Amino acid sequence: MKIVVDFDLCESNAICMQIAPDIFEVRDDDFLYVLDEEPGEEDRARVDECVQRCPKQAISVQG
Amino acid sequence: MTRRSITIVGASLAGIRAAESLRRQGFEGPITLIGDELHAPYDRPPLSKQFLAGDWGTDRLALTQPDKLDDLDLDLRLGVRATSFDLPSRRLGLVDLEDQSTDELIVDGLLIATGARCRTLGGTEGLDGVFVLRSLDDSLAIRAAFLAGPARVVVVGAGFIGAEVAATARGLGLEVAMVESLPQPLSRVLGDEMGGVCAEVHREHGVDLRTGVGVEAIEGDGRVERVRLSDGSVIEADVVVVGIGVIPNAEWLEGSGLTIDNGVVCDATCLAAPGVTAAGDVARWPNERFGEVMRVEHWDNAVAQGAHAARRLLVEDSEAESFVPVPWFWSDQYDRKIQMAGRIGPDDEMRVVTGSLAERRFAAVYGRADRLVGVLGFNRPRHVMRYRMLIEEGASFSDAIAAEF
Repeated sequence: MKIVVDFDLCESNAICMQIAPDIFEVRDDDFLYVLDEEPGEEDRARVDECVQRCPKQAISVQG
Repeated sequence: MTRRSITIVGASLAGIRAAESLRRQGFEGPITLIGDELHAPYDRPPLSKQFLAGDWGTDRLALTQPDKLDDLDLDLRLGVRATSFDLPSRRLGLVDLEDQSTDELIVDGLLIATGARCRTLGGTEGLDGVFVLRSLDDSLAIRAAFLAGPARVVVVGAGFIGAEVAATARGLGLEVAMVESLPQPLSRVLGDEMGGVCAEVHREHGVDLRTGVGVEAIEGDGRVERVRLSDGSVIEADVVVVGIGVIPNAEWLEGSGLTIDNGVVCDATCLAAPGVTAAGDVARWPNERFGEVMRVEHWDNAVAQGAHAARRLLVEDSEAESFVPVPWFWSDQYDRKIQMAGRIGPDDEMRVVTGSLAERRFAAVYGRADRLVGVLGFNRPRHVMRYRMLIEEGASFSDAIAAEF
Protein backbone atom coordinates (compact mmCIF):
# COMPACT_ATOMS: atom_id res chain seq x y z
CA MET A 1 0.00 0.00 0.00
CA LYS A 2 1.40 3.38 -1.02
CA ILE A 3 -0.07 6.63 0.25
CA VAL A 4 -0.39 9.45 -2.25
CA VAL A 5 -1.30 12.96 -1.11
CA ASP A 6 -2.33 15.57 -3.67
CA PHE A 7 -0.65 18.57 -2.11
CA ASP A 8 -2.50 20.92 -4.44
CA LEU A 9 -5.71 19.80 -2.75
CA CYS A 10 -4.44 19.38 0.82
CA GLU A 11 -5.39 22.28 3.07
CA SER A 12 -3.85 20.88 6.24
CA ASN A 13 -7.11 20.26 8.04
CA ALA A 14 -5.15 17.63 9.99
CA ILE A 15 -7.96 15.12 10.26
CA CYS A 16 -5.57 12.41 9.02
CA MET A 17 -3.11 13.35 11.73
CA GLN A 18 -5.73 12.70 14.35
CA ILE A 19 -6.60 9.28 12.95
CA ALA A 20 -3.03 8.15 12.23
CA PRO A 21 -0.46 10.44 13.90
CA ASP A 22 2.29 7.91 13.20
CA ILE A 23 1.67 8.28 9.44
CA PHE A 24 0.55 11.88 8.96
CA GLU A 25 1.82 14.99 10.67
CA VAL A 26 0.85 18.62 10.19
CA ARG A 27 3.74 20.71 11.48
CA ASP A 28 4.00 24.26 12.71
CA ASP A 29 4.51 25.50 9.16
CA ASP A 30 0.93 24.29 8.56
CA PHE A 31 2.07 21.79 5.95
CA LEU A 32 1.29 18.09 5.98
CA TYR A 33 4.17 15.62 6.10
CA VAL A 34 3.68 11.95 5.35
CA LEU A 35 5.85 10.15 7.88
CA ASP A 36 5.32 6.69 6.44
CA GLU A 37 4.44 6.54 2.75
CA GLU A 38 4.25 2.77 2.61
CA PRO A 39 2.65 1.51 5.81
CA GLY A 40 1.91 -2.17 6.33
CA GLU A 41 -1.42 -3.94 5.79
CA GLU A 42 -2.20 -3.70 9.50
CA ASP A 43 -2.68 0.05 8.97
CA ARG A 44 -5.10 -0.24 6.04
CA ALA A 45 -8.29 0.35 8.02
CA ARG A 46 -6.90 3.53 9.55
CA VAL A 47 -5.53 4.78 6.25
CA ASP A 48 -8.88 4.06 4.58
CA GLU A 49 -10.53 6.14 7.27
CA CYS A 50 -8.10 8.98 6.53
CA VAL A 51 -9.06 8.78 2.84
CA GLN A 52 -12.77 8.92 3.76
CA ARG A 53 -12.49 11.67 6.33
CA CYS A 54 -10.24 14.05 4.41
CA PRO A 55 -12.40 17.12 3.72
CA LYS A 56 -10.46 17.83 0.54
CA GLN A 57 -10.32 14.23 -0.74
CA ALA A 58 -6.58 14.79 -1.03
CA ILE A 59 -5.43 11.34 0.09
CA SER A 60 -5.46 8.22 -2.05
CA VAL A 61 -3.99 4.76 -1.74
CA GLN A 62 -2.28 2.72 -4.43
CA GLY A 63 -2.15 -1.05 -4.02
CA MET B 1 -27.71 -9.29 12.23
CA THR B 2 -28.40 -10.55 8.73
CA ARG B 3 -30.00 -7.97 6.51
CA ARG B 4 -31.43 -8.98 3.16
CA SER B 5 -31.28 -5.48 1.75
CA ILE B 6 -30.63 -1.91 2.84
CA THR B 7 -32.25 1.26 1.59
CA ILE B 8 -30.56 4.61 2.12
CA VAL B 9 -32.70 7.71 1.71
CA GLY B 10 -30.53 10.69 0.89
CA ALA B 11 -27.69 10.55 -1.66
CA SER B 12 -25.48 13.28 -0.30
CA LEU B 13 -22.45 12.95 1.96
CA ALA B 14 -23.90 10.84 4.81
CA GLY B 15 -25.79 8.58 2.41
CA ILE B 16 -22.91 7.86 0.05
CA ARG B 17 -20.43 7.32 2.87
CA ALA B 18 -22.96 4.96 4.48
CA ALA B 19 -23.17 2.95 1.27
CA GLU B 20 -19.39 2.77 1.05
CA SER B 21 -19.19 1.69 4.66
CA LEU B 22 -21.72 -1.11 4.14
CA ARG B 23 -19.62 -2.55 1.33
CA ARG B 24 -16.42 -2.15 3.35
CA GLN B 25 -18.06 -4.09 6.17
CA GLY B 26 -18.69 -6.90 3.71
CA PHE B 27 -22.42 -6.42 3.15
CA GLU B 28 -23.17 -8.02 -0.20
CA GLY B 29 -26.95 -7.64 -0.40
CA PRO B 30 -28.80 -5.07 -2.52
CA ILE B 31 -28.34 -1.41 -1.53
CA THR B 32 -30.82 1.14 -2.85
CA LEU B 33 -29.67 4.77 -2.64
CA ILE B 34 -32.36 7.36 -3.18
CA GLY B 35 -31.66 11.03 -3.81
CA ASP B 36 -34.01 13.85 -4.78
CA GLU B 37 -31.46 15.72 -6.91
CA LEU B 38 -30.52 14.69 -10.43
CA HIS B 39 -26.81 15.29 -9.92
CA ALA B 40 -24.58 12.38 -8.97
CA PRO B 41 -23.59 12.65 -5.28
CA TYR B 42 -21.51 15.79 -4.83
CA ASP B 43 -19.62 17.60 -2.12
CA ARG B 44 -21.10 20.80 -0.71
CA PRO B 45 -18.25 22.74 0.98
CA PRO B 46 -16.84 24.09 -2.33
CA LEU B 47 -20.29 25.47 -3.22
CA SER B 48 -19.64 28.54 -1.08
CA LYS B 49 -15.94 28.76 -1.96
CA GLN B 50 -14.00 27.53 -5.03
CA PHE B 51 -17.06 26.49 -7.04
CA LEU B 52 -18.93 29.70 -6.28
CA ALA B 53 -15.86 31.69 -7.26
CA GLY B 54 -15.82 29.90 -10.62
CA ASP B 55 -12.38 28.39 -9.94
CA TRP B 56 -13.70 24.82 -9.92
CA GLY B 57 -16.06 23.02 -12.29
CA THR B 58 -18.62 20.39 -11.36
CA ASP B 59 -16.03 17.66 -12.06
CA ARG B 60 -14.24 18.69 -8.87
CA LEU B 61 -17.34 18.14 -6.75
CA ALA B 62 -17.82 14.38 -7.17
CA LEU B 63 -18.04 12.63 -3.80
CA THR B 64 -17.05 9.36 -5.42
CA GLN B 65 -15.34 8.83 -8.72
CA PRO B 66 -17.62 7.20 -11.33
CA ASP B 67 -15.70 3.90 -11.37
CA LYS B 68 -15.80 3.69 -7.57
CA LEU B 69 -19.52 4.41 -7.67
CA ASP B 70 -19.97 1.52 -10.10
CA ASP B 71 -17.97 -0.75 -7.80
CA LEU B 72 -20.47 -0.12 -5.01
CA ASP B 73 -23.12 -1.86 -7.13
CA LEU B 74 -25.97 0.38 -5.94
CA ASP B 75 -29.50 0.68 -7.17
CA LEU B 76 -29.05 4.45 -7.45
CA ARG B 77 -32.31 6.33 -7.90
CA LEU B 78 -31.71 10.01 -8.55
CA GLY B 79 -34.44 12.60 -8.95
CA VAL B 80 -36.58 10.51 -6.62
CA ARG B 81 -37.94 11.77 -3.31
CA ALA B 82 -39.15 9.69 -0.38
CA THR B 83 -42.56 10.98 0.66
CA SER B 84 -43.67 8.58 3.38
CA PHE B 85 -42.64 5.66 5.54
CA ASP B 86 -44.69 3.30 7.65
CA LEU B 87 -42.67 1.52 10.31
CA PRO B 88 -45.00 -1.46 10.99
CA SER B 89 -45.34 -2.39 7.31
CA ARG B 90 -41.91 -0.96 6.34
CA ARG B 91 -43.45 0.64 3.27
CA LEU B 92 -41.47 3.51 1.79
CA GLY B 93 -43.37 5.83 -0.55
CA LEU B 94 -41.46 7.45 -3.41
CA VAL B 95 -42.17 10.00 -6.09
CA ASP B 96 -40.18 10.56 -9.25
CA LEU B 97 -39.73 14.31 -9.43
CA GLU B 98 -39.50 14.38 -13.23
CA ASP B 99 -42.76 12.69 -14.15
CA GLN B 100 -44.43 12.67 -10.71
CA SER B 101 -44.94 8.91 -10.91
CA THR B 102 -45.10 7.18 -7.54
CA ASP B 103 -43.58 3.96 -6.35
CA GLU B 104 -43.46 1.96 -3.16
CA LEU B 105 -40.71 -0.17 -1.67
CA ILE B 106 -40.89 -2.62 1.19
CA VAL B 107 -37.62 -1.99 2.96
CA ASP B 108 -35.59 -4.20 5.26
CA GLY B 109 -32.76 -2.07 6.68
CA LEU B 110 -33.39 1.68 6.34
CA LEU B 111 -30.88 4.48 6.79
CA ILE B 112 -32.30 8.00 6.79
CA ALA B 113 -29.95 10.72 5.58
CA THR B 114 -32.27 13.32 4.11
CA GLY B 115 -30.26 16.26 5.38
CA ALA B 116 -31.69 19.72 5.84
CA ARG B 117 -32.88 22.65 3.79
CA CYS B 118 -32.33 26.38 4.13
CA ARG B 119 -34.55 28.62 6.14
CA THR B 120 -35.93 31.41 4.00
CA LEU B 121 -37.15 34.91 4.72
CA GLY B 122 -40.90 35.25 4.28
CA GLY B 123 -42.14 37.67 1.66
CA THR B 124 -39.29 37.15 -0.82
CA GLU B 125 -41.06 34.56 -2.96
CA GLY B 126 -41.24 35.68 -6.56
CA LEU B 127 -38.50 38.28 -6.06
CA ASP B 128 -35.60 37.70 -8.45
CA GLY B 129 -32.09 38.05 -7.12
CA VAL B 130 -32.76 36.54 -3.68
CA PHE B 131 -30.97 33.28 -3.04
CA VAL B 132 -30.20 30.65 -0.45
CA LEU B 133 -27.20 28.35 -0.74
CA ARG B 134 -27.46 24.64 -0.20
CA SER B 135 -27.42 22.80 -3.50
CA LEU B 136 -25.25 22.76 -6.58
CA ASP B 137 -28.07 24.49 -8.47
CA ASP B 138 -28.24 27.20 -5.77
CA SER B 139 -24.52 27.79 -6.16
CA LEU B 140 -24.75 27.93 -9.95
CA ALA B 141 -27.53 30.50 -9.71
CA ILE B 142 -25.59 32.70 -7.29
CA ARG B 143 -22.45 32.33 -9.39
CA ALA B 144 -24.37 33.54 -12.46
CA ALA B 145 -25.71 36.48 -10.47
CA PHE B 146 -22.18 37.34 -9.27
CA LEU B 147 -20.79 37.12 -12.80
CA ALA B 148 -23.45 39.53 -14.02
CA GLY B 149 -21.55 42.21 -12.09
CA PRO B 150 -23.98 43.33 -9.41
CA ALA B 151 -23.44 46.75 -7.87
CA ARG B 152 -23.89 45.35 -4.38
CA VAL B 153 -24.38 41.95 -2.76
CA VAL B 154 -26.14 41.81 0.58
CA VAL B 155 -25.61 38.72 2.71
CA VAL B 156 -28.23 38.16 5.38
CA GLY B 157 -26.77 36.22 8.31
CA ALA B 158 -23.08 36.18 9.24
CA GLY B 159 -22.93 32.49 10.17
CA PHE B 160 -20.48 30.23 8.39
CA ILE B 161 -22.32 30.04 5.07
CA GLY B 162 -22.96 33.77 4.97
CA ALA B 163 -19.37 34.52 5.96
CA GLU B 164 -17.98 32.27 3.23
CA VAL B 165 -20.27 33.75 0.59
CA ALA B 166 -19.22 37.24 1.65
CA ALA B 167 -15.54 36.25 1.46
CA THR B 168 -15.98 34.72 -1.99
CA ALA B 169 -17.89 37.75 -3.27
CA ARG B 170 -15.15 40.06 -1.99
CA GLY B 171 -12.60 37.85 -3.68
CA LEU B 172 -14.46 38.48 -6.94
CA GLY B 173 -14.19 42.20 -6.29
CA LEU B 174 -17.86 42.71 -5.52
CA GLU B 175 -19.14 45.23 -3.04
CA VAL B 176 -20.60 43.34 -0.09
CA ALA B 177 -22.74 44.25 2.89
CA MET B 178 -23.53 41.64 5.54
CA VAL B 179 -26.33 41.92 8.08
CA GLU B 180 -26.30 40.00 11.35
CA SER B 181 -28.93 40.25 14.09
CA LEU B 182 -26.54 39.08 16.84
CA PRO B 183 -24.20 41.62 18.51
CA GLN B 184 -21.26 39.92 16.76
CA PRO B 185 -21.05 37.19 14.12
CA LEU B 186 -21.36 33.75 15.75
CA SER B 187 -21.43 35.31 19.21
CA ARG B 188 -24.05 32.82 20.35
CA VAL B 189 -21.50 30.06 19.78
CA LEU B 190 -18.12 31.73 20.18
CA GLY B 191 -18.93 34.51 22.62
CA ASP B 192 -18.62 38.24 21.95
CA GLU B 193 -14.83 38.45 22.00
CA MET B 194 -14.22 35.80 19.35
CA GLY B 195 -17.27 36.95 17.41
CA GLY B 196 -15.62 40.36 17.40
CA VAL B 197 -12.48 38.86 15.86
CA CYS B 198 -14.61 37.38 13.06
CA ALA B 199 -16.25 40.78 12.56
CA GLU B 200 -12.86 42.48 12.27
CA VAL B 201 -11.67 39.97 9.67
CA HIS B 202 -14.68 40.83 7.49
CA ARG B 203 -14.21 44.56 7.93
CA GLU B 204 -10.50 44.33 7.12
CA HIS B 205 -11.55 42.74 3.84
CA GLY B 206 -13.91 45.54 2.99
CA VAL B 207 -17.26 44.05 4.00
CA ASP B 208 -19.83 46.57 5.23
CA LEU B 209 -20.83 44.51 8.27
CA ARG B 210 -23.92 45.59 10.20
CA THR B 211 -24.41 43.75 13.50
CA GLY B 212 -27.16 43.79 16.07
CA VAL B 213 -29.68 44.68 13.44
CA GLY B 214 -32.41 42.59 11.81
CA VAL B 215 -33.90 42.55 8.34
CA GLU B 216 -37.27 44.22 8.19
CA ALA B 217 -38.03 43.61 4.54
CA ILE B 218 -36.45 42.75 1.23
CA GLU B 219 -38.04 44.96 -1.38
CA GLY B 220 -38.14 45.37 -5.12
CA ASP B 221 -40.39 45.40 -8.13
CA GLY B 222 -40.08 41.85 -9.49
CA ARG B 223 -36.38 41.98 -8.70
CA VAL B 224 -34.67 42.81 -5.44
CA GLU B 225 -33.67 46.46 -5.11
CA ARG B 226 -33.07 47.08 -1.41
CA VAL B 227 -32.92 45.56 2.05
CA ARG B 228 -34.70 47.47 4.79
CA LEU B 229 -33.19 46.99 8.25
CA SER B 230 -34.80 47.13 11.70
CA ASP B 231 -32.83 50.29 12.61
CA GLY B 232 -34.53 52.13 9.77
CA SER B 233 -31.55 52.09 7.43
CA VAL B 234 -31.74 50.83 3.87
CA ILE B 235 -29.08 49.04 1.81
CA GLU B 236 -29.37 49.06 -1.95
CA ALA B 237 -28.91 45.55 -3.28
CA ASP B 238 -29.21 43.69 -6.54
CA VAL B 239 -28.22 40.30 -5.17
CA VAL B 240 -29.24 39.01 -1.74
CA VAL B 241 -27.97 35.74 -0.27
CA VAL B 242 -29.82 34.55 2.82
CA GLY B 243 -27.91 32.29 5.21
CA ILE B 244 -30.01 32.03 8.35
CA GLY B 245 -29.77 28.35 9.17
CA VAL B 246 -31.43 25.14 8.14
CA ILE B 247 -34.43 22.96 8.90
CA PRO B 248 -33.99 19.15 9.02
CA ASN B 249 -35.86 17.31 6.26
CA ALA B 250 -37.91 15.08 8.53
CA GLU B 251 -41.50 16.15 7.89
CA TRP B 252 -41.99 13.29 5.44
CA LEU B 253 -41.63 10.93 8.40
CA GLU B 254 -44.47 12.45 10.45
CA GLY B 255 -46.90 9.63 11.24
CA SER B 256 -44.35 6.98 10.26
CA GLY B 257 -44.05 5.55 13.75
CA LEU B 258 -40.61 7.10 14.18
CA THR B 259 -40.12 9.91 16.68
CA ILE B 260 -39.66 13.23 14.87
CA ASP B 261 -38.58 16.26 16.90
CA ASN B 262 -36.17 18.69 15.24
CA GLY B 263 -34.92 15.75 13.20
CA VAL B 264 -35.14 11.98 13.44
CA VAL B 265 -34.74 11.06 17.09
CA CYS B 266 -32.30 8.18 17.60
CA ASP B 267 -30.78 6.36 20.54
CA ALA B 268 -27.12 6.73 21.44
CA THR B 269 -26.16 4.23 18.72
CA CYS B 270 -27.99 6.14 15.92
CA LEU B 271 -30.87 3.63 15.92
CA ALA B 272 -34.30 5.24 15.39
CA ALA B 273 -36.30 1.98 15.45
CA PRO B 274 -35.46 -1.68 14.89
CA GLY B 275 -33.62 -1.81 11.57
CA VAL B 276 -33.85 1.95 11.06
CA THR B 277 -30.95 4.37 11.59
CA ALA B 278 -30.32 8.01 10.77
CA ALA B 279 -27.21 10.05 10.02
CA GLY B 280 -26.07 13.53 9.11
CA ASP B 281 -27.97 16.81 9.42
CA VAL B 282 -31.31 15.08 9.96
CA ALA B 283 -30.26 12.84 12.87
CA ARG B 284 -30.69 13.81 16.50
CA TRP B 285 -29.12 11.58 19.10
CA PRO B 286 -27.74 11.69 22.66
CA ASN B 287 -23.97 12.07 22.45
CA GLU B 288 -22.91 10.36 25.66
CA ARG B 289 -19.50 12.00 25.63
CA PHE B 290 -21.10 15.39 26.22
CA GLY B 291 -24.30 14.22 27.94
CA GLU B 292 -26.20 16.25 25.38
CA VAL B 293 -28.79 15.47 22.73
CA MET B 294 -27.40 16.94 19.54
CA ARG B 295 -28.02 17.35 15.85
CA VAL B 296 -24.83 18.26 14.05
CA GLU B 297 -24.75 19.95 10.65
CA HIS B 298 -21.05 19.52 9.93
CA TRP B 299 -19.39 17.80 6.99
CA ASP B 300 -17.19 15.61 9.17
CA ASN B 301 -20.17 14.44 11.20
CA ALA B 302 -22.04 13.36 8.07
CA VAL B 303 -19.06 11.18 7.11
CA ALA B 304 -18.58 9.65 10.54
CA GLN B 305 -22.25 9.23 11.38
CA GLY B 306 -23.05 7.83 7.94
CA ALA B 307 -20.48 5.11 8.52
CA HIS B 308 -21.64 4.52 12.10
CA ALA B 309 -25.32 4.30 11.19
CA ALA B 310 -24.44 1.85 8.40
CA ARG B 311 -22.51 -0.42 10.75
CA ARG B 312 -25.37 -0.18 13.24
CA LEU B 313 -27.67 -1.83 10.72
CA LEU B 314 -25.33 -4.80 10.46
CA VAL B 315 -24.74 -5.61 14.14
CA GLU B 316 -26.84 -7.16 16.88
CA ASP B 317 -28.23 -4.80 19.52
CA SER B 318 -25.86 -6.32 22.06
CA GLU B 319 -22.85 -5.36 19.94
CA ALA B 320 -24.02 -1.85 19.10
CA GLU B 321 -21.67 0.99 19.97
CA SER B 322 -22.66 4.48 21.02
CA PHE B 323 -21.80 7.29 18.62
CA VAL B 324 -19.67 9.67 20.69
CA PRO B 325 -17.82 12.02 18.34
CA VAL B 326 -16.15 15.28 19.26
CA PRO B 327 -17.83 17.49 16.62
CA TRP B 328 -15.40 19.33 14.37
CA PHE B 329 -15.73 21.66 11.45
CA TRP B 330 -13.78 24.11 9.39
CA SER B 331 -14.65 27.26 7.52
CA ASP B 332 -12.39 28.97 4.99
CA GLN B 333 -12.84 32.73 4.85
CA TYR B 334 -10.40 34.93 2.95
CA ASP B 335 -6.98 33.56 3.88
CA ARG B 336 -8.13 32.29 7.26
CA LYS B 337 -8.94 28.69 8.08
CA ILE B 338 -11.27 28.67 11.05
CA GLN B 339 -11.65 25.34 12.81
CA MET B 340 -13.63 24.41 15.85
CA ALA B 341 -13.89 21.16 17.78
CA GLY B 342 -16.08 20.20 20.71
CA ARG B 343 -19.11 21.98 22.10
CA ILE B 344 -18.51 25.58 23.02
CA GLY B 345 -20.97 27.92 24.63
CA PRO B 346 -20.74 31.68 25.11
CA ASP B 347 -20.43 31.27 28.89
CA ASP B 348 -17.47 28.89 28.77
CA GLU B 349 -14.11 30.04 30.06
CA MET B 350 -11.80 30.82 27.14
CA ARG B 351 -8.01 30.97 27.00
CA VAL B 352 -5.77 31.69 24.05
CA VAL B 353 -3.07 29.00 24.22
CA THR B 354 -1.00 29.77 21.16
CA GLY B 355 -0.61 32.75 18.85
CA SER B 356 -2.60 35.93 19.36
CA LEU B 357 -5.92 37.41 18.36
CA ALA B 358 -4.09 40.42 16.93
CA GLU B 359 -2.25 38.37 14.31
CA ARG B 360 -5.43 36.37 13.61
CA ARG B 361 -3.48 33.18 14.02
CA PHE B 362 -4.21 31.45 17.29
CA ALA B 363 -5.78 28.54 19.09
CA ALA B 364 -8.11 29.08 22.04
CA VAL B 365 -9.42 26.43 24.37
CA TYR B 366 -12.78 26.51 26.12
CA GLY B 367 -13.50 25.03 29.55
CA ARG B 368 -16.53 24.35 31.70
CA ALA B 369 -16.26 23.18 35.32
CA ASP B 370 -12.56 22.52 34.67
CA ARG B 371 -13.33 20.24 31.78
CA LEU B 372 -11.93 20.91 28.33
CA VAL B 373 -15.01 21.19 26.08
CA GLY B 374 -13.80 22.90 22.94
CA VAL B 375 -11.07 24.45 20.86
CA LEU B 376 -11.19 27.19 18.26
CA GLY B 377 -8.37 27.87 15.83
CA PHE B 378 -7.56 30.49 13.24
CA ASN B 379 -4.93 29.03 10.90
CA ARG B 380 -3.84 26.55 13.57
CA PRO B 381 -4.97 23.15 12.28
CA ARG B 382 -2.29 21.21 14.13
CA HIS B 383 -3.24 22.68 17.48
CA VAL B 384 -6.95 22.22 16.90
CA MET B 385 -6.42 18.52 16.26
CA ARG B 386 -4.14 18.08 19.27
CA TYR B 387 -6.71 19.70 21.55
CA ARG B 388 -9.48 17.72 19.92
CA MET B 389 -7.61 14.59 20.95
CA LEU B 390 -7.39 15.95 24.50
CA ILE B 391 -11.17 16.47 24.49
CA GLU B 392 -11.55 12.85 23.43
CA GLU B 393 -9.33 11.81 26.30
CA GLY B 394 -11.53 13.76 28.74
CA ALA B 395 -8.76 16.16 29.72
CA SER B 396 -9.31 18.86 32.32
CA PHE B 397 -9.25 22.53 31.32
CA SER B 398 -6.15 23.16 33.45
CA ASP B 399 -4.30 20.25 31.84
CA ALA B 400 -5.20 21.61 28.40
CA ILE B 401 -3.82 25.04 29.28
CA ALA B 402 -0.62 23.45 30.60
CA ALA B 403 -0.17 21.21 27.53
CA GLU B 404 2.59 22.09 25.09
CA PHE B 405 2.21 21.27 21.40
